[in-house]
Amino acid sequence: MIKELTIISGKGGTGKTTITAAFASLCENKIMTDCDVDAADLHLILQPEVLRQESFIGGRAPVMDKSICTECGTCQEVCRFNGIDLDPDKGYTINSFACDNCALCAFACPEEAISMVDSVNGNWFISKTPYGKMVHAKLGIAEDNSGKLVTLVRQQAKKLAEDEGLSLIVNDGPPGIGCPVTAAITGTSLVLVVTEPTLSGIHDMERVVDLCRHFQIPVQVCINKYSINLVNTQKIREYCAHLGIAIVGELPFEPLVNKALVARQNVIDFECGAVTRVVRKMWQEVEKQMMA
Amino acid sequence: MIIAVASGKGGTGKTTIATNLALSIPQAQYIDCDVEEPNGNLFLKAEIQQKEDVGVPLPHIDSALCTYCGICAKDCEFNALAVLKDRVMVFPELCHGCGVCSYVCPEKAISEGEKIIGVVERGVVPQEGEDLVFCQGVLNVGEPMSPPLIKKAKTYAEPTRTVIMDAPPGTSCPVIQTLNGADFCLLVTEPTPFGLNDLELAVGVVRQMKIPFGVIINRSDSGDQSVVEYCQRENIPLLMEIPLNRDLAFAYSKGIPYVTENSEAKDQFGQLLVAIHKELQV
Ligand code: SF4
Ligand code: SF4
Ligand code: SF4
Ligand code: SF4
Repeated sequence: MIKELTIISGKGGTGKTTITAAFASLCENKIMTDCDVDAADLHLILQPEVLRQESFIGGRAPVMDKSICTECGTCQEVCRFNGIDLDPDKGYTINSFACDNCALCAFACPEEAISMVDSVNGNWFISKTPYGKMVHAKLGIAEDNSGKLVTLVRQQAKKLAEDEGLSLIVNDGPPGIGCPVTAAITGTSLVLVVTEPTLSGIHDMERVVDLCRHFQIPVQVCINKYSINLVNTQKIREYCAHLGIAIVGELPFEPLVNKALVARQNVIDFECGAVTRVVRKMWQEVEKQMMA
Repeated sequence: MIIAVASGKGGTGKTTIATNLALSIPQAQYIDCDVEEPNGNLFLKAEIQQKEDVGVPLPHIDSALCTYCGICAKDCEFNALAVLKDRVMVFPELCHGCGVCSYVCPEKAISEGEKIIGVVERGVVPQEGEDLVFCQGVLNVGEPMSPPLIKKAKTYAEPTRTVIMDAPPGTSCPVIQTLNGADFCLLVTEPTPFGLNDLELAVGVVRQMKIPFGVIINRSDSGDQSVVEYCQRENIPLLMEIPLNRDLAFAYSKGIPYVTENSEAKDQFGQLLVAIHKELQV
């Protein structure tokens, strides 16, 4: 059976991608994915070479035929998202930034001046990296449906893993606790939450841990930059102990990590002292849990 | 005036900038639109005076009227309905509350109830002189749909104040919902390849939305020159650079706003507002 690990953080900037990129170098026989489709950045370190590119049709969007429109205003009245603007020069127009693509205006327009058309919301890719294959995506600017795209990326990774007889998928997850995160963790074998000992880091960790428990997905925690605030680190330890969650790694604050990033290398290939050692050990722990 | 503080990604110090700016200028209002992870109040510690549940419409099917024709499910753009032989199932986590199903049902079998998705909390942060007005949306855990809550929080923006909106990370629906209608956008980034990558995405969004914007580089001495060079190349105003600062990082980890302990920093954030005003005049 194919196992799937998703690495998330609740909050961006906690070092999640640093750890995912390091895991890419440590584990074998796997597919990597970047499920942070809004702001993918795993490619900055893994430097993928695109083998296949496909467009992502996330849904449909309304298009108005001004030659039929009689300016009756019905569309604006029925829309619940303020998706129709009234412009003194152009008359009624669709405001794509507010529109939710629900099609109510298309149903309600008495002239049938509005129709729903497929919209390309981004692209997804299968790529080659020095660490194996990777599935990733790029959401178009100001497009939504990121949850759907995350699901698509995971499905493609699974297909690829099956085709190539690989046993593991490692997902670099999106930030937050909203639809993309839900799409990235549902049904995965294990979630690794990367947190840091700041008040917001703790707060966000608690929320994503809640989310994982809500979906009954096993969770482990990694504390990054634990040395910047030992009191908060202790709080994280107590919180995890209380819920029976294993802390699989505590990484000290280490300026070399930033140097590695700027050099576009992962912390295994770019020697970062204690951080490199702890990440290696952490991977063993995570692997043990997943194979259990 | 509405100033949105955004960044392609979390962790760049967006909330630090937004809260410190709000504390440094007169007649300010802070609205936390990062409803999935509202962190601003960890620093501002507002006295919450009002709480209001925010709901979205959720269809309810009257089985006495329904003929199981399947039209509602076919017309729902979000696959939030499934019509079985003797039952219509609603999937609340997929429903956008758009009203299409009740509109198209030929039997008028669909009415709408309300599903609570979160809460908007309002209050003040006591200050010497005039208090800072505070508002935040808090999304219920497990609830995937944040835009309606963001929209509700934004309705409390007071036109007479300088409104600082703390935007969610990313570049998709919740960010668009926050930025829609903003007069200016501050993009917070870091001087690393990651920071630049996320900044370019965010710039794409604000340009497409035609919102004037400027960049703040946080931890400006901790990386390379790529962000500065990008801003010069693209003619983007660089409004502030904040070096990595142990005091600030420590104050942050304890939840203390930097400017409350540092009047010089407060002046700098005051100057930032002046710089924004200047940008908007040209
Ligand atoms: S409902 Fe149709 S005809 Fe009326 S304003 Fe809208 S697009 Fe035009
Ligand atoms: S598709 Fe829906 S949200 Fe968009 S303009 Fe029409 S009614 Fe409004
Ligand atoms: S459209 Fe109305 S009658 Fe038809 S299945 Fe849906 S609820 Fe029932
Ligand atoms: S309200 Fe809209 S999204 Fe919800 S079930 Fe009805 S048609 Fe679908």
